[in-house]
Amino acid sequence: MTSGRPKISVRDLVVTYGRTRALNGLSVDVRAHEILTVIGPANSGKTSFLRCLNRMIDLDLQARVKGSITLDEIDIRRGIPAEDLRQRVGMIFAMPIPLPLSIRDNVAYGPRMSGLRDKAALDRVVEDGLRAAYLWDEVKDRLGQPALKLSGGQQQRLCIARTLALDPEVILFDEPTSGLDPISTAKVEEAMTELRKTRTIVLVTNNTKQAARVGVRTAFFLMGDMVEVGPTEEIFTAPRDQRTEDYIVGRFG
Amino acid sequence: MRNETLKERLGFGVLLLAALVVVVPVLAIVALIVLKGWGALSWKFLFTMPLDGMRAGGIFPAIIGTFYLVIVSIAFSLPVGVMAAIYLSEYARDNALTRTINLAIINLAGVSSVVYGLFGLSLFVVFLKFGVSIIAGALTLGIMTLPVIITTTREALRAVPHSYREVSRSLGASRWQTVRHTVLPRALPGILTGAILSVGRVAGETAPILFTVAAFYLPKLPTSLSDQAMALPYHLYVITTQIPGIPEGFRYGTALVLISLVLVMNIAASVLRSRYRKRR
Repeated sequence: MTSGRPKISVRDLVVTYGRTRALNGLSVDVRAHEILTVIGPANSGKTSFLRCLNRMIDLDLQARVKGSITLDEIDIRRGIPAEDLRQRVGMIFAMPIPLPLSIRDNVAYGPRMSGLRDKAALDRVVEDGLRAAYLWDEVKDRLGQPALKLSGGQQQRLCIARTLALDPEVILFDEPTSGLDPISTAKVEEAMTELRKTRTIVLVTNNTKQAARVGVRTAFFLMGDMVEVGPTEEIFTAPRDQRTEDYIVGRFG
Repeated sequence: MRNETLKERLGFGVLLLAALVVVVPVLAIVALIVLKGWGALSWKFLFTMPLDGMRAGGIFPAIIGTFYLVIVSIAFSLPVGVMAAIYLSEYARDNALTRTINLAIINLAGVSSVVYGLFGLSLFVVFLKFGVSIIAGALTLGIMTLPVIITTTREALRAVPHSYREVSRSLGASRWQTVRHTVLPRALPGILTGAILSVGRVAGETAPILFTVAAFYLPKLPTSLSDQAMALPYHLYVITTQIPGIPEGFRYGTALVLISLVLVMNIAASVLRSRYRKRR
């Protein structure tokens, strides 16, 4: 455990898509075992920031990335293959997207791709993942069924289980509850709070109340800049910047 | 109000007529061939060699020849076409090279089949010294079907939602693993459709095999890829125009066998496809 040192360290991160700039030189640390929530209006660069952290942004051929990002002091662009990085830094998308496979095969997908073949080990990984995502009891009798038959909330927890099956150190959530009802949202938030004990979480959300509920620290992004970052309580009760306050009380965004 | 409905009905009538214009000739062709050809069909017709200058006996060598041509040409064009489509859809960036390749594919699809025949003659038969042979004919047919296979495969790959690729990559899968385990299984039914279309074309084309493989008459079956072979479409041409005194039933019987062969292969591929769809 690298206590004290940041888990992820971002310095002078610039992201451009053609002529538009999504991030203008952003620097922030993510500490081990925290939930860093990122809030901000549309086009503030939240998702671009998140996608840099596991290099999913490389899939976008238009995107250009400058600056440095380290994970446990390893340069994620030069020090580690992208595939290995994405196993250590998992990602949950805004919309739950189960692959058109069975529930079991969805959860086993990542470990299989990294070379795990042993059936007993895969079964164990599937069960552990589903339990950690609070989905095991609902699906344990129908693991062979198509994942697309699950409800929306179950699908999103399946996606969490699928990411957890890789045992990532960091999990990136990109507005994971934007399409879910309040009960499903509560379950996902519960899973996040539990996961924090063993992992580090970065949560991008449009829901400021959610940031207040689960965030340890909160960062406020606006137009590609980080306006401020601090303990969630401070950001919500005594923000230093007027724009943060305006956003939180709902004057814009 | 009543005027409106009248106009509408008239409109529907025209549309219906257009649909019938498409359907009627197809039905007429099938009916004609079945009616005139059915009488000629027999075990002897299907499974024996031609006799008496092809005025009697069967068409077995032509059936076998067409069968070989279909198998060999698909064995070449399906893997090559699918690999090319995977490269173009999943790996290639949009640049001058890929635009040139795309242009080539579109143009290749528009080239008339007799030109393919001429090309096959000069490349495979003469330059590569394959001679007039099954391999030369099958490769010529294969190259002719490449554009169809590449285009349908690429469309099938593009129809797979981009989000599946994102999810797979986010789980640490490499680009090839993503193609192999997520994209290809979803695209397989579409790829099979392309293969089906190609089988129909390969079995039915005359011009590309004219100079590259087709034999007027062979007393024995081909035994290797470098042998000549008879083939159904060319045989049909020969007995219709080159030999006087052939019973009419023979011609329509041959045509019936040709369309049935294509139909059987299409049905087999469709069954395969629907079975694959159900399994998921």
